[in-house]
Amino acid sequence: MSILVYLIPVALFLGAISLLGFLWALRSGQYDDLDGAAARILLDPEDTKPKP
Amino acid sequence: MSCCAPGSEDLAKALVALPTGEEVAFAARDMGDGTRQVELSVPRVHCAACIHAIETALGKLDTVERARVNLSTRRVSVRWRGDGLPPVVSTLDGLGYPPHLFDDAQDGKDPVLSQLLRALAVSGFAAGNIMLLSVSVWSGAEGATRDLFHWVSALIALPALAVAGGIYYRSAWSALRHGRMNMDVPIAIGITMAYGLSIYDTWHSGSHAYFDASVTLLFFLLIGRTLDHVMRNRARAAVAGLARLSPRGALVLFGDGTRDYRPIAEIEPGMRLLVAAGERIPVDAKIVQGASDLDCSLVNGESAPLAVAAGAEIQAGTLNLTGPLTLEATRSASTSFLAEMMRLMEAAEGGRARYRRIADRVSAMYAPVVHLTALITFIGWMLAGADWHQAITIAIAVLIITCPCALGLAVPIVQVVAARRLFENGIMVKDGAAMERLAQADAAVFDKTGTLTLGHPRLTNVHEITPRLLGIASALAAHSRHPLSQAIAQQGGGAPAPVFDEVKELPGFGMEASAGDTVWRLGRANWAADDSQESGTVLTRDGKIVARFAFEDETRAGARAAIAALKAGVGPVEMLSGDTEAACRRVADELGIDTWRSALLPAQKVERIEELALQGRKVLMVGDGLNDAPALGAAHVSMAPATAADIGRSAADFVFLRESLAAVTTARDVALRAGQLIRQNIGIAIVYNIIAVPIAILGYVTPLIAAIAMSGSSILVITNALRLMRAGRADAGKTRQVTEPATA
Repeated sequence: MSILVYLIPVALFLGAISLLGFLWALRSGQYDDLDGAAARILLDPEDTKPKP
Repeated sequence: MSCCAPGSEDLAKALVALPTGEEVAFAARDMGDGTRQVELSVPRVHCAACIHAIETALGKLDTVERARVNLSTRRVSVRWRGDGLPPVVSTLDGLGYPPHLFDDAQDGKDPVLSQLLRALAVSGFAAGNIMLLSVSVWSGAEGATRDLFHWVSALIALPALAVAGGIYYRSAWSALRHGRMNMDVPIAIGITMAYGLSIYDTWHSGSHAYFDASVTLLFFLLIGRTLDHVMRNRARAAVAGLARLSPRGALVLFGDGTRDYRPIAEIEPGMRLLVAAGERIPVDAKIVQGASDLDCSLVNGESAPLAVAAGAEIQAGTLNLTGPLTLEATRSASTSFLAEMMRLMEAAEGGRARYRRIADRVSAMYAPVVHLTALITFIGWMLAGADWHQAITIAIAVLIITCPCALGLAVPIVQVVAARRLFENGIMVKDGAAMERLAQADAAVFDKTGTLTLGHPRLTNVHEITPRLLGIASALAAHSRHPLSQAIAQQGGGAPAPVFDEVKELPGFGMEASAGDTVWRLGRANWAADDSQESGTVLTRDGKIVARFAFEDETRAGARAAIAALKAGVGPVEMLSGDTEAACRRVADELGIDTWRSALLPAQKVERIEELALQGRKVLMVGDGLNDAPALGAAHVSMAPATAADIGRSAADFVFLRESLAAVTTARDVALRAGQLIRQNIGIAIVYNIIAVPIAILGYVTPLIAAIAMSGSSILVITNALRLMRAGRADAGKTRQVTEPATA
């Protein structure tokens, strides 16, 4: 069962990465406009580019 | 160009003035790097094409750096360089998305939601990983491996308890400190004791640990709490997105001829103010110069516009319809009519504060029983000769198994589903308790102007008027904002319009136009006709009356049906209005209301509601005006249309966005159904406890059994709540053609 010594930390590490990823996404405002994100996929990219 | 603007037609429309450039500039924030940013509410935005239209059009403006639409909150944030405001408001209005400002308090991000999401993420992560380890233990891991698994679980559970549990600890503590009991108290005690005991057992290489139970419990409960918060937030954002009806400031004219836009708080009695047609009067004032018509419907419930001229005293909150006015402020904002209503409202609030939510009432009974059972179990096992560790383990198992996972979810999950269903029907609910109170209501009181009626007049004698004359009248009327003119303009839309040489509006009298040698006048009979003593609205040619117009205040769609349904299902229905007796009698007769009172002051409305409350009635109040706000606050539960005055909207428990009064009965039906499901859910939770508690008391509960029992009862409760959604879908399908796609 010594493989557990590696596997458990690896499993927790991977889980922690996704948790941190979520928290980062939350903080950077990616969950502020969920409806908008769904609608924006229909817009062409050049349309939404900011002015030069 | 948008596909959307026509779709939002059933959003109740108000005669709302766009925010002026000064107001917008005033609301803008300095971003520090030479740019300024403002957030505007654009309630009509609802699809990708809208986003595209707005962002492209605003992006083309010269000084605009960035324009970004937030579809969830229906807002657009615009950032621009320099001091001068780009023509944002007119651009948006031109596109068919009239913008308005919203309250500062609603500004920015929602810290509570991020906190809940963070807690949810942490507890979800912890619950998943601990479950993984627990499954290994249940499948037979032993000795050192089991201890290792338990220790790792303890480690993972710690942050979950700190971050996610913190929400419950704080809520439980604040409840206890105020001598109350809420559902969070047994939850906080349960998870803490389970964690403490499990640490002790792990230390002594015990075979059972409850880390999974305490963290999974937190995770489940947080799902319910987060959903609840998201739902209410959406409702709040939708209400906040409605137009502000009270101005933020006014254009002040100083003695030296300069004029400056000042916030409303800085306006002192004696100052001269300029108010353009289409703006609301900011403070109580006296007219110094100019004449106009005022729409007082929001202030005192009078449906007919009031003609005013120099010397007249006018109240804050009335809408200036036709001519520009120069005013002298007679009171500051803090002593105006609006402030008086606020004071009345605070005094009236009472019935609602005393109301205790079902969840709190149940937990107030439930929590002591749970704690007592656990205590008795402990004492019982001690007396039966068990050692103290075994007795504590069993007592804590009782606490965990009774920990109101199902009960904690039972109420909020139903309310979330119900709020969602109301939302689909264009009704916003402030909180879950409002739904419970609505289900209890056994009397209904309506305001007239703006609530039972739409607050704007409709032409009733179209068939009596020659189409050609109607065409001329409507062409004239199209030049005016006066509600009667607009009613005429609406009716005569199709007729060929004649060509006038000159059209002018005489505020307080009517419209005058010349076509060649002919002079047409549309307005008051005693002004438009040369020698007429009659009152009413007429069209004249060279002083001869050629057409007479009759109006009545249009009743809301569905009003009659709603009142009949309320009479049958709720109890007595009354109408309390500030309008004249004749106007009230007509509406009451038309809608089948037997009891009504006219010409009431705001305080008299409150008195009547308190009178009904003394008779043991739980009153549902539906109203829209400033004069209704105190009554809305005094009633057991209250509703307001989206066109209501700002303070009326914030005083009401429900706000409905569509024009039809059917919203009242819909809300009532959903509230009743939700109440039923809540009682069922509490029943399920109690049955679950009746089965599970004896097993726990006898000491047969292992962490595995606890986990299964908890998940099982939670799933049962959630599934039961979702039945409300299914009923909602079926209804929504039936009315799909007429509903507006989304209302937030």
